[in-house]
Amino acid sequence: MRPFTYSRAASVEDAARTAASTQGARFIAGGTNLLDLMKLQIETPTHLIDVNHLGLDRIEPTAEGGLRIGALVRNTDLAADKAVRRDYAVLSRALLAGASGQLRNKATTGGNLLQRTRCPYFYDTRMPCNKRKPGSGCGALKGMSRSLAILGTSDACIAQHPSDMAVALRLLDAQVDTVGADGGRRSIPIADFHLLPGETPHIENALKPGELITSVTLPKPLGGTHVYRKVRDRTSYAFALVSVAAVFEKDGRARFAFGGIGAKPWRTDAADAAAPSGAAAVAEAALSGARPTAHNAFKQQLTARTLASLYRQKGA
Amino acid sequence: MPEPLTRRGLLQGSAAAAAAIPVLGDAQAAAPARPQRQKEQAQMSAVGLTVNGREVHLQLDPRTTLLDALREHLHLTGTKKGCDHGQCGACTVIVEGRRINSCLTLAVMHEGDHVTTIEGLGTPEKLHPMQRAFITHDGYQCGYCTPGQICSAVAVLEEIEAGIPSHATEDLDRVAFSEGEVRERMSGNICRCAAYPNIVAAIREVAGHGTAEDKA
Repeated sequence: MRPFTYSRAASVEDAARTAASTQGARFIAGGTNLLDLMKLQIETPTHLIDVNHLGLDRIEPTAEGGLRIGALVRNTDLAADKAVRRDYAVLSRALLAGASGQLRNKATTGGNLLQRTRCPYFYDTRMPCNKRKPGSGCGALKGMSRSLAILGTSDACIAQHPSDMAVALRLLDAQVDTVGADGGRRSIPIADFHLLPGETPHIENALKPGELITSVTLPKPLGGTHVYRKVRDRTSYAFALVSVAAVFEKDGRARFAFGGIGAKPWRTDAADAAAPSGAAAVAEAALSGARPTAHNAFKQQLTARTLASLYRQKGA
Repeated sequence: MPEPLTRRGLLQGSAAAAAAIPVLGDAQAAAPARPQRQKEQAQMSAVGLTVNGREVHLQLDPRTTLLDALREHLHLTGTKKGCDHGQCGACTVIVEGRRINSCLTLAVMHEGDHVTTIEGLGTPEKLHPMQRAFITHDGYQCGYCTPGQICSAVAVLEEIEAGIPSHATEDLDRVAFSEGEVRERMSGNICRCAAYPNIVAAIREVAGHGTAEDKA
């Protein structure tokens, strides 16, 4: 790791102000992704602002009948929360499908939203990567791309978004609540939070310099049957090749969000609209515009088969 | 009489030899690299922890992980460094009652925290039931991952007891012990010797779902 200084924020406003006014500053919460990347010198902050003691670890109902999840709520606690298990089971399931018990005990809600891609070319500092080093090129385009994205990619980057939790939050239409460097608060719809790579794959989300995630707000419960199906190389503790989050209604309507295949958590209106027509129609709509490589073209069929499996499970 | 040959003695000997090499290497290295290194000297931060019931106070470079603080500063070498990237689980310790990867957290972030390592679970004279069960069931071969496996296993049984669900839990509201639960929950602890069946048997016994006699 490169040397850095360390401080504890006194308040969320103090954290945001310090982050915006200190060159090279980063927030640290669970640290499970940031410290990993710092050891590889992919991340090289010169100052860390610890946001673990700001009281952002509560889950509480909102006036609108939804749920406000503090940004520092650990993945374990969010998955185990009674209201989440009852009303947003797809979120519990997505969280439990990710990482290991040890990592979920540390990883936070806000940090999970900000976790970075597991593209092998992003991790290998000897290789070109436009996300790690803007303008250096993309080693993955003509490289080993089996795990990488087929949707939302660009000629500059085909990295996949790694999060399971964010796929469920995308399905549930969550809002990301923040405080800015000027103390101002705003809520960003999850659909607008993660950015597609385009020409600037190093810019991954809508946060402004110093802006701190304080909570994630869920709208009131959808009802229906919640499922999260993750397909991976091992049965546990591996990133998704394909994952599907879904809520099925009794009348045949449904909504879907996808992980492992997109440059960001993937959801389309067309896929939701195709729900009554069955799994094949949903897959076709969801995969519209896919740009697979020779290595990851299999993800299209895997997505269709995963959807077919979910439809069978729902009917059972 | 010569000292008896032990693995630890051998390892210490080779570590000392290995440590000498970078010193030579540095002396031969291009001189301008040194001032740069010195400029990078970090501030030191004070941190107080309670480790295995003992209060300790350390002055640390903020870069020090909890794992390195335990091993290099407190000389509690039971906790092992495997991958150092949160992938293998060899560094698992219990902090404030929860198992975590000590390699992926900074010691300075744990001011006031209670840490339990393998040394705090039991001693050779007074083994923790999980340590005894690992011996009974031969839940290891080389033993390198074992302290992490045991810390993780102790916490896993507490998580099941507390009703915390896992990926293997069919009904999120009914968490119960099963082999499937153990395998899923222990997936963050890799065993290169693949002692997995015996590790599961050891955990089963401590959970009260099977004994050595059952197995035989």
